[in-house]
Amino acid sequence: MMKWIHTMASSAWFYRFSGKMIPWLMAIFTVLFVYGLYGGLVTAPADYQQGDAFRIIYIHVPAAWMSLFIYIVMAVYAFIALVWRIKLAEVLLISSAPIGAAFTFLALVTGSLWGKPMWGTWWSWDARLTSELLLLFLYWGVIGLYAAIEDKRTASRAVSILTLIGVVNIPIIHYSVEWWNTLHQGSSVTLTDKPSMPIEMLMPLLVMATAFKVFYAISLLLRTRSELVEREPNSKWLKQVIEENEHE
Amino acid sequence: MSEFLYMGGYAFHVWTSYALAFVVLFINIVGPIVRHRKMLQSASDFQQLNEVMSDDA
Repeated sequence: MMKWIHTMASSAWFYRFSGKMIPWLMAIFTVLFVYGLYGGLVTAPADYQQGDAFRIIYIHVPAAWMSLFIYIVMAVYAFIALVWRIKLAEVLLISSAPIGAAFTFLALVTGSLWGKPMWGTWWSWDARLTSELLLLFLYWGVIGLYAAIEDKRTASRAVSILTLIGVVNIPIIHYSVEWWNTLHQGSSVTLTDKPSMPIEMLMPLLVMATAFKVFYAISLLLRTRSELVEREPNSKWLKQVIEENEHE
Repeated sequence: MSEFLYMGGYAFHVWTSYALAFVVLFINIVGPIVRHRKMLQSASDFQQLNEVMSDDA
């Protein structure tokens, strides 16, 4: 078991394995994304209250879910990096941060574009919006802190600690619509209740959410690969990879 | 078709959201690919330099 973990966590193995996975993941993502776009923009009926403006949900909600999901995954990497000092966990952690920031940004801006016609304002300093903005700053903080420290092992430890401290924000974002009075509507989809929308509205949302998850995997693998090359430029495995590339 | 583009009067909000999603996804694929190429190139240069240095010594 430990031997298996060490193989999986080795840079050489991960680099080669991820190179094989990426084209498959790209194919899966494309199929899901196209279906999600078609379902969301064409086959889903307009909402009886919000008309066609509700179609922003197919970008906004999956992006917002990803903003939380990626942070939770980062906290897991941070824990592994701190406790077992596994280098790959450090690289996965820092490679996740820009993707998390991108989805958080997308959730905030599409929320704003949705809020303007529905609430009559682009922005309001209420609990949901403010805590999501704080999440964006946390992602930026992680990226900035990592860039600021020269030694990448030390930088990774600092970033892991920051990530774990920031986890308190996650339940605040999630429950903010229940704990405080806010402009933001409650959850449309929960794990426990029956969904409050018909199936032709719900399906594209779930498909889009899955597409975004696959996208995270693709972008993460791509970023992790270049981070590994940057961190270990003189390693044996990388010499082999470069030699193989030259022979192709 | 024009009705589809009109989006019940919410064309600006809906299409801007989707366009932005495209931009964000595009950047997060192409950016890492370009960076990966650069890193491979500089690692390759670094290794060649190391070889030259060790040959001299």
